[in-house]
Amino acid sequence: MSDSTPQPYVSIERVTKRFGDFTAVDDITLTIDRGELFALLGGSGCGKTTLLRMLAGFEQPTSGRIMIDGEDMSGVPPYERPVNMMFQSYALFPHMTVEQNIGYGLKHEPMTAAERRARVAEMLDLVQLVGYGGRKPHQLSGGQRQRVALARALAKQPKILLLDEPLGALDKKLREATQFELMNIQHKLGITFIVVTHDQEEAMILASRIAVMDRGKIRQTGTPTNVYEFPCSRFVADFIGSINQFEGSVEDIEHDLAVVDAPECGGRIVVQTVDGVARGAQVAVAVRPEKIQIERTRPATSVNAFRGKVLDLGYFGKDSLYRVQLDSGAILRVNRVNDRRAGESERVAWEDEVWLSFEPQAAILLTE
Amino acid sequence: MAGIAASDSVPAARMSEEAPVGRGFRQWLDRKAWRDTIIATPFLWLLLFFLLPFLIIFAISLGEATMAQPPVQFAAEWPYGSLDNYRLIASDSLYIGGYFNSLIYATISTVFCLLIGYPMALAIARSRGSTRNLLLLLVILPFWTSFLLRVYAWMGLLSNNSWFNQGLTWIYNHSLNFGPPLNAIPMMNTDFAVILGITYSYLPFMVLPLYATLERLDLTLNEAAMDLGSRPLEVFKDITLPLSIPGIIAGSMLVFIPATGELVIPSLMGRADSPMIGRVINDEFSLNRDWPVASAIAVALLLMLVVPIMIYNHYQSRADVT
Repeated sequence: MSDSTPQPYVSIERVTKRFGDFTAVDDITLTIDRGELFALLGGSGCGKTTLLRMLAGFEQPTSGRIMIDGEDMSGVPPYERPVNMMFQSYALFPHMTVEQNIGYGLKHEPMTAAERRARVAEMLDLVQLVGYGGRKPHQLSGGQRQRVALARALAKQPKILLLDEPLGALDKKLREATQFELMNIQHKLGITFIVVTHDQEEAMILASRIAVMDRGKIRQTGTPTNVYEFPCSRFVADFIGSINQFEGSVEDIEHDLAVVDAPECGGRIVVQTVDGVARGAQVAVAVRPEKIQIERTRPATSVNAFRGKVLDLGYFGKDSLYRVQLDSGAILRVNRVNDRRAGESERVAWEDEVWLSFEPQAAILLTE
Repeated sequence: MAGIAASDSVPAARMSEEAPVGRGFRQWLDRKAWRDTIIATPFLWLLLFFLLPFLIIFAISLGEATMAQPPVQFAAEWPYGSLDNYRLIASDSLYIGGYFNSLIYATISTVFCLLIGYPMALAIARSRGSTRNLLLLLVILPFWTSFLLRVYAWMGLLSNNSWFNQGLTWIYNHSLNFGPPLNAIPMMNTDFAVILGITYSYLPFMVLPLYATLERLDLTLNEAAMDLGSRPLEVFKDITLPLSIPGIIAGSMLVFIPATGELVIPSLMGRADSPMIGRVINDEFSLNRDWPVASAIAVALLLMLVVPIMIYNHYQSRADVT
């Protein structure tokens, strides 16, 4: 409790959860600070929901322990934890009105009836549902239900709010608005949010920090920029966004640059090196599609320039996605903003012979 | 294009040539009759086997008993019948007592069925896979034996000389003997026996609709309530119980209504001095050969039961809305 030693707000210490033979969560250690908007990101079955349910108290870890605000949560039932959850299905009580739903958790709080009413009104205001208090859940739209679920989970002013796929059931337009609303509410209340999602865009926009999970383990933890621009493994690079990857071996290291022989790519790639890479190491070089230049003329630099032919072209309006086959046979995805109107001579089109190039700093060297 | 049009028109022409009569019927059947027939079947059934007999019973209840075949006669001029029989059953303590006994027995049995059946249904609904199927099978299993045989079995167990009764008597005499030792515990032909018999016989009718309701409940709601600070017992009170009210009403109706008119159990296991209404009807009909009074009792009973059914329907339609 002393100010001099700031301890993490949530600390997950070597937590493992097994269901029979299946290890859902495998020896995870993770700390989350107060006021963070933290995202657990991963595909289905990666253990993210199990981890969330252990934080809520619905599952007990097979081994390891979870500390929340300095208190060991081992054996503490859900109804005694300073944690509330917003369920993926919202789990609104169908036989109660919106007000009763939001006020449900408050009946256990030491409050007067007037204080309870005031808190419910405050929550209705927070999620912009003033005037809807008397309705039943089935009389609300999907977006409204989602906000009732949020208000209900926030009403008790928990130390941590757990959100299970909070935007999963909303349509695209509503998602966008809700994302920013969630961030505003989090900012206003300062409550620590832990979000579980399989949607990397959702995680990137919402979260201040992301943990990428796979098969019960955390592969990487970092800010959205960090995870996107500096993935630490082939898995993370591939999972977040789209990326071109080439296997190769390190031929030479000079200053902070490594020369990688990548036969797939049909030549040598010069890439910024990372710590612990030695000559001869087997590595992968990864380049994001938007980091690659696509031109019809040979670029001035001879480094990382490859010739190819446009195989496919996906037109999205503001940008286009090209699939380019190199002379070596490898197919690269290249993203380019359509800064010129269709028909102009510089614009790359179908079947064109093109040159692809990228800066050594734009490529990522992956050892794992 | 022309080829397609030609090949299309050929079978149509052939069909109209081959079956000019059948085609009309078939079309009529396809278009409308199937649906109507299916919807009409239960109505037709109820009309023939419920409404029509009921109207006959109602007509008989307005007549007068006589020594003839059938033993009913009506007045010679308008209005042909009278409500005398209804006045009689409203004033005679035998009939009022019969209704009263029936309602008491049926109410108590329904409450016991609910108290025993609810935990059973909940346990089945919360069990998994093969266990659940086994438990459901066990609930239905008694139906494979004749109802009458099962009542006889209870009579055998409860009668004074049975090993069951003698065993209980022995325990009683050796553990709680205030007063002189008993030869047997009087269980047969008591209120206890009737309520036991009805509760036992109708329990599955309580368990099955309750199970159907409880099984559908979303357990995430329970987790949400627990997450918001409710202990398991409170979760049950706030979430499971209110959401299972439709099942409670359905089960209670399925037990209460037939229990009210129950004849076999009170006749075989009950007290002679407090007959249920079913036995009164039976006695009037076959012993007294007073068809009109028996019919009037039956009609009045039906009206008494229709009211709770209407309440149930009211709740059900409201539950469907939510």
